Amino acid sequence: MSVDQRALRPSASFPPEVIREIQRAADEGIYDIRGFGAKRRLPHFDDLVFLGASMSRYPLEGYRERCDTDVTLGSRFAKEPLRLKIPITIAGMSFGALGANAKEALGRAATAMGTSTTTGDGGMTEEERRASQLLVYQVLPSRYGLSPRDLRRADALEIVVGQGAKPGGGGMLLGQKITDRVAAMRTLPAGIDQRSACRHPDWTGPDDLAIKIVELREITGWKKPIYVKIGAARPYYDTALAVKAGADVVVLDGMQGGTGATQDVFIEHVGIPTLAALRLAVEALQELGMHRKVQLVISGGIRNGADVAKALAMGADAVSIGTAALVALNCNKPVHEDDYERLGTKPGFCQHCHTGRCPVGIATQDAELEARLEPEAAARRVRNYLTTLVLEAQTLARANGKSHLLNLEPEDLAALTVEAAAMAGVPLAGTGWIPGRA
Amino acid sequence: MSELDVAALGLRAVNERLQSVGPESNERVFLLRNPMGQHALACGLDAEIEVTIDGHAGYYCGGMNSRAAITVRGHCGVGVAENMMSGCVRVTGNASQSAGASGQGGLLVIAGDASARCGISMKGIDIVVGGSVGHMSAFMAQAGRLVVCGDAGDNLGDSIYEARLYVRGKVASLGADCVEKPMRPEHLAELDALLRTAGVGADAADFRRYGSARQLYHFHIDHAGEY
Repeated sequence: MSVDQRALRPSASFPPEVIREIQRAADEGIYDIRGFGAKRRLPHFDDLVFLGASMSRYPLEGYRERCDTDVTLGSRFAKEPLRLKIPITIAGMSFGALGANAKEALGRAATAMGTSTTTGDGGMTEEERRASQLLVYQVLPSRYGLSPRDLRRADALEIVVGQGAKPGGGGMLLGQKITDRVAAMRTLPAGIDQRSACRHPDWTGPDDLAIKIVELREITGWKKPIYVKIGAARPYYDTALAVKAGADVVVLDGMQGGTGATQDVFIEHVGIPTLAALRLAVEALQELGMHRKVQLVISGGIRNGADVAKALAMGADAVSIGTAALVALNCNKPVHEDDYERLGTKPGFCQHCHTGRCPVGIATQDAELEARLEPEAAARRVRNYLTTLVLEAQTLARANGKSHLLNLEPEDLAALTVEAAAMAGVPLAGTGWIPGRA
Repeated sequence: MSELDVAALGLRAVNERLQSVGPESNERVFLLRNPMGQHALACGLDAEIEVTIDGHAGYYCGGMNSRAAITVRGHCGVGVAENMMSGCVRVTGNASQSAGASGQGGLLVIAGDASARCGISMKGIDIVVGGSVGHMSAFMAQAGRLVVCGDAGDNLGDSIYEARLYVRGKVASLGADCVEKPMRPEHLAELDALLRTAGVGADAADFRRYGSARQLYHFHIDHAGEY
């Protein structure tokens, strides 16, 4: 007897994926851990448009008139701020979560583009330092591999308070990715699950942070810019407190930001979208009179030049990319499809960074898999991708009459949805209405 | 010996002087007067020099020290010798929270008491406390040795990895996955040597040893209630 397809009425509350998850939980008795970022639909930069030129806004000629892209990060207190050729940086991702080839490729690409890349939990690798002309060194709660030597040979320091995918959460690198090299860098036995703490071991709150920043400046001779990275939880207050604590740069990671391994419930249900977080952080800086003095780097779901341009128009000084850079490396590319299938997934859906069985050799410590990522070719792909982002952002900036990407402004934007208008603080298209404002 | 007046010179000048001592320098011994509880004193040193701080120090005194021998004649604030790589930091008084946090090497000796989270995330440092330590000491301690001549507060060694803990007095409670272990001859020998190096006149035979049961090294749902 055939089933009448029209009689199959799916439940909005219990769609197939929810049923599957309940039954998986019933079988396994533990939450789902995965990589990647939030998968749910969220108000995002797609919900904004640029208005473009008009009678009163003169466009610049594409390919003919300059549209500059340089930005300086860390000019508040540091003697040696970072001067980037493009306002797009590579976000912090750990050696351990990623293989050495991936880290090297990201460093090479960033160097070729005149921008910075960032270490992650687990410390600085020699490959990464060699490949990266500008390397931001993260100081994380775990303090894995943290050394004063690396602090001094870094180009900037980033104190990590939180991460957009899991504000308030620590990290977990599962045992299958803990090779002897990863274990040695973290001073832990190989093969065991390694927990990264969610709080710093020697400071709590902004008053302590201010002292910690002084210590790091003293150790590095007040040369290195000090970033404070926050997850998008309470970005208005956190940005203000980071400024008060003495940060040169605030890095704000929205809930679309990626992770190597976190509980799905955390990724999808904690934090606020990048769009809302960015506006709140900019407001905090403006109210303190510190906008453009303390630079703001936004991350979490930046994918194309339009996202870059919109983020800058909303007031960011630069953006940072993580997941998109991995995708450019080959993450989720339809190659080695049998290996995706062995993980129970397909290209385009893979989120199995935590397993160490990355089919394209990025999020793995397995030598055979990692050999699939040739650093030079991979770096070329990321470089091409970054070039494309810059060209796209410049195209949009010129269309709005801007001779520098940082000249983009909220006045250039309109929102397509009420939610986006409220979150981004720009008018709903066709109206002068910004929800929440008189 | 070179005397540096912290109050007169300021923190930056004092640290810069200490940090810039080269291998060929004849200046090897420094006395810091008037520290007045300044934070980040004598941090980031990287030379075989002797530094005595004549008074109390604030947060992160001797932070990330490499090779230097630092003595504080007084009490220390939060995070003394945090992330120390090598060398020695001695405190004649008491230390606040997170003493020796994430230290990777070297020796930290606290003659008095240490507050909460002493040795948190320690990664190879040796810490000898003449008095007692507060709660959550040796939390997530990865490597190194913590010796407590007095008592230990609640949840000693919570989520401990491979660090070894020796306590002479009472332990209020042990944290998750931390258990008492037998004192074998090699432990008595290493503890005796450590006490001697620290200059603490205690008998190794009076101590008990604690370490990881290694039951939480791989997350398992049946252990969820242990955390």
